[in-house]
Amino acid sequence: MEEKRHTSLHYEKELQAIKDGLIYLGALTETAIRKAMKSLSGRDTQLAHQVVREDDAIDRLDTELEERCIKILALRQPAAIDLRFITTAIKITGHLERIGDMAVNIAEKVMRLNEEPQLKPYIDLPRMSDLVGEMIRDSLDSFIAGDLEKAEKVRRLEQVIDDLNEQIFRELMTFMMEDSKNIHRALMVMQVSKNMERIADHAKGIADMVTYMVTGTCVRHQSFCGTT
Amino acid sequence: MESNVILSVHQVNFYYGVMRALTNISMTFQKNRVTALIGPSGCGKSTLLRLLNRMNELIDATRVEGEILFEGRNIYAPDVDPVEIRRKIGMVFQKPNPFPKTIYNNISYGPRLTTGISNVDMDALVEQSLRQAVLWDEVKDILNKSAMNLSGGQQQRLCIARALAMKPDILLMDEPTSALDPISTAKIEELIEELKEKYTIIIVTHNMQQAARVSDETAFFYLGNLIEYNKTEKIFTKPDVKQTEDYITGRFG
Repeated sequence: MEEKRHTSLHYEKELQAIKDGLIYLGALTETAIRKAMKSLSGRDTQLAHQVVREDDAIDRLDTELEERCIKILALRQPAAIDLRFITTAIKITGHLERIGDMAVNIAEKVMRLNEEPQLKPYIDLPRMSDLVGEMIRDSLDSFIAGDLEKAEKVRRLEQVIDDLNEQIFRELMTFMMEDSKNIHRALMVMQVSKNMERIADHAKGIADMVTYMVTGTCVRHQSFCGTT
Repeated sequence: MESNVILSVHQVNFYYGVMRALTNISMTFQKNRVTALIGPSGCGKSTLLRLLNRMNELIDATRVEGEILFEGRNIYAPDVDPVEIRRKIGMVFQKPNPFPKTIYNNISYGPRLTTGISNVDMDALVEQSLRQAVLWDEVKDILNKSAMNLSGGQQQRLCIARALAMKPDILLMDEPTSALDPISTAKIEELIEELKEKYTIIIVTHNMQQAARVSDETAFFYLGNLIEYNKTEKIFTKPDVKQTEDYITGRFG
């Protein structure tokens, strides 16, 4: 979606700064997820603590980006594509901030899991982690380029993550049925998986907003979203 | 939608001498709606506005092609009296232009010329017109003072009251707030909102936020062409034409 430049270069720079900020925020959240997963598979509690500490930077950047968007709304009164861009940016920063929180949730579960022997080898969870990282990257790429195909790819991946989550859930149920001493750990692992699944939901939320930004059509809720 | 059309423009071309200012314009205006005409300077929006009540023919060497139907009749038909058209389709200009007369006489001047109205009825008409223009409370005690002593915003509302006194069907406004401060502008915009219950309003404005605030429909003109005509909400959130989007987002020129 190549746009002509604004007559006002200052305005142009303000919009570019929001794009840059969102990419950076996306990179921070992706790193947080990767570290949280590494702290699980490597049983590295120190790393899990680091994820929790580093979430402050994500929260700060989220607040800063939201303030910049509000400032543009107030001072520039954007319309059409600029209006859709800004409202999309506000939602994306919210999604990314929540993704950061999910990484913290995972890290907190890891701290408790690491206090006990490992329940089972982790195979699907690292796969999930890689996939949600890819979804975040793709959703932000689609935002920057206005790329509807990439947004669609993110929506497809979300279904894959849902299926993986289901599969992990079923597997952990068998562990719990086998031995009630497994229940606590199995529940912790389940929550890690559930958090991954929710991260995927947020990435899909970003992709849906990109579709709105490009087409002006809401696709978030298939049951009642019509054309605007 | 079609049944509520009050004014329709069919394939209109307009020339200042040899220069074509409007190219093949076709559009309809809805009754009791506010339609905004926007576009960069020289795009033809004011020219079109003035065509709608035959004001352009006061300028020499102009020529109009096509037809403009008001109440089913072409206002450019030879047997149509332009004065009658201008009575039914009133106009308010960019700069307030009250007559150098009293406030009362500013309002009564037109009706006195065209109707045999009694003094009592005239008093009522003056009050009604000033009330409709939301000016009555500010001027009711100084009706016999000169209109020139009013503030710019009051003068513009007086001009609107003066136009309303002729009981028009349509009110044309050519950048009615460009010479006014924000408070007076807000009052005029509020007034437009109220007036559309009784009148059809067509407004030319350079202030895009104003078009977004006051109008139901917006038409975007560029180089004498009608580029896009759509619901205002649509124009300002997801216009169909790229050129419209470039203009309203400030990516022009």
